[in-house]
Amino acid sequence: MKLSLGPLQYFWPREKTLDFYRAMAGQPLDTIYLGETVCSKRRELSLDDWMRLARDLHAAGHEVVLSTLTLIEAASELSACKRIVGNGSFPVEAGDLSVVELCRQAGLDFVAGPGVNTYNHQAARILMRAGMRRMVLPVELGREQLESMKAGLREDGGELPEFEVLAYGRIPLSHSARCFTARAVGRGKDQCQFECIHHPDGQRVRTREDQPFLNMNGIQIQSAGIQDLSSHVQELATAGADILRIYPQDNDMEKTIERFVQALSGEPVTASADSVGGYWRGAPGMAD
Amino acid sequence: MKLVCPAGSLPALYEAVNNGADAVYLGFRDATNARAFPGLNFSDREIDKGLAHARSRGCQVYVALNTYPTSDRLDQWYSAVDRAADLGVDTLIIAEMAVMDFAARKHPHIRRHLSVQGSATTPAALRFYHEQFGISRAVLPRVLAIGQVEHLAGQSPVELEVFAFGSLCIMVEGRCQLSSYVTGKSPNVAGVCSPAEFVQWEDTPAGKTARLNGVLIDRFAADEPAGYPVVCKGRYRVGGQTFHALEEPTSLNTLELLPRLKAMGIAAVKIEGRQRSPAYVGTVTRIWRQAIDRLEASPQASVNEQEWQQELTRLSEGHQVTLGPYQRAWQ
Repeated sequence: MKLSLGPLQYFWPREKTLDFYRAMAGQPLDTIYLGETVCSKRRELSLDDWMRLARDLHAAGHEVVLSTLTLIEAASELSACKRIVGNGSFPVEAGDLSVVELCRQAGLDFVAGPGVNTYNHQAARILMRAGMRRMVLPVELGREQLESMKAGLREDGGELPEFEVLAYGRIPLSHSARCFTARAVGRGKDQCQFECIHHPDGQRVRTREDQPFLNMNGIQIQSAGIQDLSSHVQELATAGADILRIYPQDNDMEKTIERFVQALSGEPVTASADSVGGYWRGAPGMAD
Repeated sequence: MKLVCPAGSLPALYEAVNNGADAVYLGFRDATNARAFPGLNFSDREIDKGLAHARSRGCQVYVALNTYPTSDRLDQWYSAVDRAADLGVDTLIIAEMAVMDFAARKHPHIRRHLSVQGSATTPAALRFYHEQFGISRAVLPRVLAIGQVEHLAGQSPVELEVFAFGSLCIMVEGRCQLSSYVTGKSPNVAGVCSPAEFVQWEDTPAGKTARLNGVLIDRFAADEPAGYPVVCKGRYRVGGQTFHALEEPTSLNTLELLPRLKAMGIAAVKIEGRQRSPAYVGTVTRIWRQAIDRLEASPQASVNEQEWQQELTRLSEGHQVTLGPYQRAWQ
């Protein structure tokens, strides 16, 4: 199994972002996904900046994939996706079916992100005909669905896509027209003043009993708990995961990556405290 | 412009048809539709009866097969497509591409609409569904501002249907996992959001509490109306404040936008509420029928009738209505 670094879901200042990827360049990551997937107003880095980063990380030996928005509302956002699809150098992760279609028209291979909703092997086959070479398992599916999807594809014959599974990070649970982070300080999305730049790991939503529950990240709602499947790595391999996705969080990513490397080499590891992992075994996502 | 109304049961179907719906939409009694609540939906015999009644009044019947089968359950969805075809329904509302592909190949003569759960918000996504599966209409997710709907209507390869009235789903439909995060069951997989078997009510000295699988979604004071605990409409703590952090309990009401929707060529408006009572369906259908008829007679007419608005507000969640994402201020 390989390790990937998923796209940065948060809005970090430019220098912090560049420093982070400089540090990641030296990490044992097979694939690095780059780009903005949550909100088109976040422009600390331009497409040119992301392309420069992509070339540097590629030169450092990583496969690089450019990720696109999960929810596309404005014509300008679709145009931005078209520019990313037409970058000429790197493959694209489709955040939404719109980008699947753009890739299909351009005859380009793509990765189907978790927002593409590939729930079964027939859907995977249809998307493969459109150019899909790798798919990220929808976040609410687990081991059983991964196994039956692979079994279905094998039965049909033909090639299999690569399967990538969210192995570490806050789970992207939903996206909305509204910006929750701006709304929490009494602003609309149009007057957000980039409030989310003050929350490098999102903003905790607690129940009235103070239980950490959800995490607001602009227009996205994430889990408050970090999904950590590091102690299930052997099971992920047996079920047929090809790539384990680690999402950037504002903590010691090097240690997290090291834990996965250890797990991949067969050493026993313990998942981080307070982590969740229910989806993988068919339980509620917030179960540990 | 067509009026598409909900039928969670045969009595609701009669109310919708008798009050002027152009089409009713309904589902089978299982996870193949996104309102798989106990006590709702149709047996084959009920669909037969409903079809006969609808046909006698010139009303069409759509069947919603708008959930996402996993590999091991695909056959159940394929059988549901065959069953709807055998019953002779007019249209299938489908969310998932394997189901759509099956319907297009096996029963090409039955119209296929892309469900809101299919989550298409751009001309590119609509083109994919149109070219791959020959859909003739798409229902738009409730995430676009009215100007964005207008722009999309000018570019779309297929007819568009938009939500007119009813409960407001604030997340892009078909891609929300809040329910399965808490309960393990989601609209996509189980056809339910925040299923009733996970809801616990309790009267406490601090008020009535509503929990979903043990998680405190809200607590209500004695004089407060207690809403059903869906995750996105609970009250939570964020940065020291306690409030409806995602959305207040409220309903979408786009009556005042109706002339603009008609002018941009929207093919159909949809009333949400298969889980609501027959009386609710009848009243809402009657009001929207009158509004559409008035506009058909005179495109310049106003439909912002005070009496209609009051009645719709009375029927709304928390007696509050909103234009929701259609207006930028909500966003």
